[in-house]
Amino acid sequence: MSFSKLTRRGLIKTSAVAGAGLALPTYLRAQESGFTNAPTGSTVTLGFNVPQTGPYAEEGLDELRAQELAVQHLNGEGDGGMMNTFSSKALKGNGILGKKVTFVTGDTQTKSDAARASAQSMIQKDGAIMINGGSSSGVAVAVQDLCQSAGVIFMAGLTHANDTTGKDKKANGFRHFFNAYMSAAALAPVLKAEYGTDRTAYHLTADYNWGWTQQESIQAATEAMGWQTANNVLTPLATTDFSSYIAPVLNSGADVLVLNHYGGNMVNSLTNAIQFDLLSKEVNGKKMEIVVPLYSELMAAGAGENIKGVLGSMNWNWQLQDEGSKAFTKSFGEKYGRPPSNSAHTCYVQTLLYADAVERAGSFNPCAVVEALEGFEFDGMGNGPTLYRADDHQCFKDVLVVRGTENPTTEYDTLEIVEQTPVEQVTYPPDHPLFAGGDLGECNPGA
Amino acid sequence: MDAILLQILNGLDKGSAYALIALGLTLIFGTLGVVNFAHGALFMIGAFCAVTLQRILNISTVTIDETKKDFLGRPLEVKTPVVESWFGPDLGGAIIDWSVPLAILLAIPVMLLIGFIMERGLIKHFYKRPHADQILVTFGLAIVLQEIIKAWYGANPIPTPAPDVFAGSLDIGALLGLDAVLAYPYWRLIYFAFSALIIGLVFAFLQFTTFGMVVRAGMADRETVGLLGIDIDRRFTIMFGIAAAVAGLAGVMYAPINSPNYHMGMDFLVLSFVVVVVGGMGSMPGAVLAGFLLGILESFASMNEIKYFLPGIDQIIIYLVAIAILLTRPRGLMGRKGVMED
Repeated sequence: MSFSKLTRRGLIKTSAVAGAGLALPTYLRAQESGFTNAPTGSTVTLGFNVPQTGPYAEEGLDELRAQELAVQHLNGEGDGGMMNTFSSKALKGNGILGKKVTFVTGDTQTKSDAARASAQSMIQKDGAIMINGGSSSGVAVAVQDLCQSAGVIFMAGLTHANDTTGKDKKANGFRHFFNAYMSAAALAPVLKAEYGTDRTAYHLTADYNWGWTQQESIQAATEAMGWQTANNVLTPLATTDFSSYIAPVLNSGADVLVLNHYGGNMVNSLTNAIQFDLLSKEVNGKKMEIVVPLYSELMAAGAGENIKGVLGSMNWNWQLQDEGSKAFTKSFGEKYGRPPSNSAHTCYVQTLLYADAVERAGSFNPCAVVEALEGFEFDGMGNGPTLYRADDHQCFKDVLVVRGTENPTTEYDTLEIVEQTPVEQVTYPPDHPLFAGGDLGECNPGA
Repeated sequence: MDAILLQILNGLDKGSAYALIALGLTLIFGTLGVVNFAHGALFMIGAFCAVTLQRILNISTVTIDETKKDFLGRPLEVKTPVVESWFGPDLGGAIIDWSVPLAILLAIPVMLLIGFIMERGLIKHFYKRPHADQILVTFGLAIVLQEIIKAWYGANPIPTPAPDVFAGSLDIGALLGLDAVLAYPYWRLIYFAFSALIIGLVFAFLQFTTFGMVVRAGMADRETVGLLGIDIDRRFTIMFGIAAAVAGLAGVMYAPINSPNYHMGMDFLVLSFVVVVVGGMGSMPGAVLAGFLLGILESFASMNEIKYFLPGIDQIIIYLVAIAILLTRPRGLMGRKGVMED
């Protein structure tokens, strides 16, 4: 058998036909009801796009667990979780608008191109009407852009960079998770109370978009309360041993080390800092301190004992005692035998919020969903009363300041809540300089 | 001065890991002529030997404490390690605390066995195949091993601390009479000393034992040694096992420095190959020299003072040096003529 008859022109024609064939179902569904992937049968498909491989795989798998739980609850299975505490009562436990919820999953690999490809596949081949998830701001921005073009709703998962709802915001994209500015705004008063106003900070910053915005935010917040900044050193994302970066901290005159790192980077940099005995050192007559602006339970578990006493911030924590948090922790804990992480929480809540918006709008049309979510105020999902701000599609709610537990009683007791910073203290105007530029644009239904 | 000293120490430390991995790679290439891309995975498996022993020593009996609650509000399950029940809390606690050094005893037989199985089960079928085939198959094997570890232990890093007695750091500045703080972690100093010991033992084994002499002869002229009635293949299989054990021990002792995770082998693999090529393919002294040299250069390149003038230099310094050395000396620093030139 020979393929010698396959010419360049033939190959282009074949590719064009195949591409059109792949896109046809999406096109037809869009034409039928005026928007992309309008559900026509008795089911509706959601797309869960999370890292299932790569360095954030554990985070992604926890998100997936929560999303599966949300689908169960939407379909009336299990104990209903936060649907029982959610202030909106539009959800009935019979799916969404009476259609049973099904889902497909994709693996972002924490790479923007892979995340776009898996989201595209879920939209075009599987007919997903909404994409939810992700664990990286780069991925969120890339998938948000794709969803805007494709005409589906994107509910961003773990993305903390200011840009996601700042210069890269999109009308079809929504973020429940907090951001770097909010972390800094929540942390600053606690840092002031704990360490005073006469401090000098040394920043180690992951050299990519999230690291830069995190560092920019925390530097602005700490300098506003009187701290000085000794240095900001950018560390390559692929760094595994941070000893070369940590050793100079000791002779820099700084008495606080701020680790603008996440995931494995943070686990390694914090471990290295503890190895260099930073926390037992005194500089300028003050005890040296370490701050990790963004925490997660999985990072805390990876860092082990090194995290004891170190302050940071979180979007949510399973130890919160409001009814919504307790209901979700119970549902998740009974199903999976472990407490949920804050990334699991955000993906669970967003799935319910999307479904609720569809119910209230009475339509799956993304533009109707956007309208239902913009300016939506709700409660009962943890963190107290929450607003989905219309200007930038960012959720505003209380932010947690946490500290590595000194004497844990169980393996899950890694972080203790120091403060639940009220939403008023972390809210900023939509045109704040750290979020300047960009444009939400118009909602795109995809037709 | 103190900053330079500190970066030299850091470089020696990084170089220790590079040198140990590169030494094993070179041993395999020098004896069997195989380019083993699964060598980083062997380093990772070594680190997970420490994790495994830590878990074994923490196997616990469970009692219910009605006075405390778990995260679901149920009575708390209190776990007491069996080792502590057997030996008492003090001795039992100390045994658990020393799980990393003790893991060396577990890692040696495990790594030797894995090395033998790898060589007999897979590698030997690729002796006469092109290097590209060897790279493909061993890289595939590395991915398989990595995924097995991930499936078994999860994707999250697993904290594996050194014994408490080695927590903290030694003030080298005070030892040298310097004013500035020059603290260096005890465990990293131990890692450096351990690496030097292992490297010395491997060289002594090859230099001063009959077995080593035969292996060296076999590396120079395999056929002639075979004609003398010596089963050189069996010795080379043992050398593969030893190379695997060296990588494994490097991994065990590295576990407290950075929490083990399933992709740590891949993180080191490419750098270690650059080390081997810079040192000279097949040259064990070259691998060790290049390991320490590149470790120190990498450390210096990450200094703020250097990065101020050359931003991003820390990410490319190793590759720049490799290019410079290979352009001026294609065999690497201490490579033999003919190796990889056919």
